[in-house]
Amino acid sequence: MAKLVFIGRLRDIAGCTEETAALPANVRTAGDLLSWISSRSELWAEALAHPAVRVARNQELVAPGDAVADGDELALLPPMSGG
Amino acid sequence: MSVVIQTEPFDPASALAAFTARQNGEPGAIVTFSGHVRGEGGLTALELESYDGLTEREIARMETEARTGWPLLDVMIIHRYGPMAPVEAIVFVAAAAKHRRSAFEAADFLMDGLKTRAPFWKKEITEAGARWIEPRAEDYVDASRWATAAPKQETSP
Repeated sequence: MAKLVFIGRLRDIAGCTEETAALPANVRTAGDLLSWISSRSELWAEALAHPAVRVARNQELVAPGDAVADGDELALLPPMSGG
Repeated sequence: MSVVIQTEPFDPASALAAFTARQNGEPGAIVTFSGHVRGEGGLTALELESYDGLTEREIARMETEARTGWPLLDVMIIHRYGPMAPVEAIVFVAAAAKHRRSAFEAADFLMDGLKTRAPFWKKEITEAGARWIEPRAEDYVDASRWATAAPKQETSP
């Protein structure tokens, strides 16, 4: 199981701060994770299509090709607005 | 060197006093910047969300980049998150160097980074309701200045 954390307006879409989920076998990278969540709904697909959406694995920013795995804390980050 | 991320309000004047007091007499220049909540457009509050672990680490990384790029003697960054009222300080940056050019440039570089790359998510609360704010195109332009103009070491007195 992985812990999914939703930040900012993505939390509004998720309707919760975090959820525990079993990653499907074909979700091996951060990019796969975004594709998987995008398939949940039109709203998700639209929100995650923005090129500045990032994934953090265990509080570290990762690239789309970087691995993700069960046991990780995986945060979905909308475009950062800065301070 | 210090990086502090906090929800409590702070006073930029006191921060400058503390920063100045901890110098050992070496800096000939201290440049500071404080950013405040603009109360325009019927704004009643600004809310910044951070992500524990990530936000502080990324800001510390920017501070390291600034110290690598310029001969700085000290740096202080204070950044608030959570709900903030108009006029309140959001961010404070201080850079100390032997000479002013490095201090000015490093403070400018840090602010551009904080305005674009810092992991914060901003929500404006007005009488009409709340909405999430995405980065402005100008902020990216400001930050991209530093990609081509590599920071220089100071040579003149």
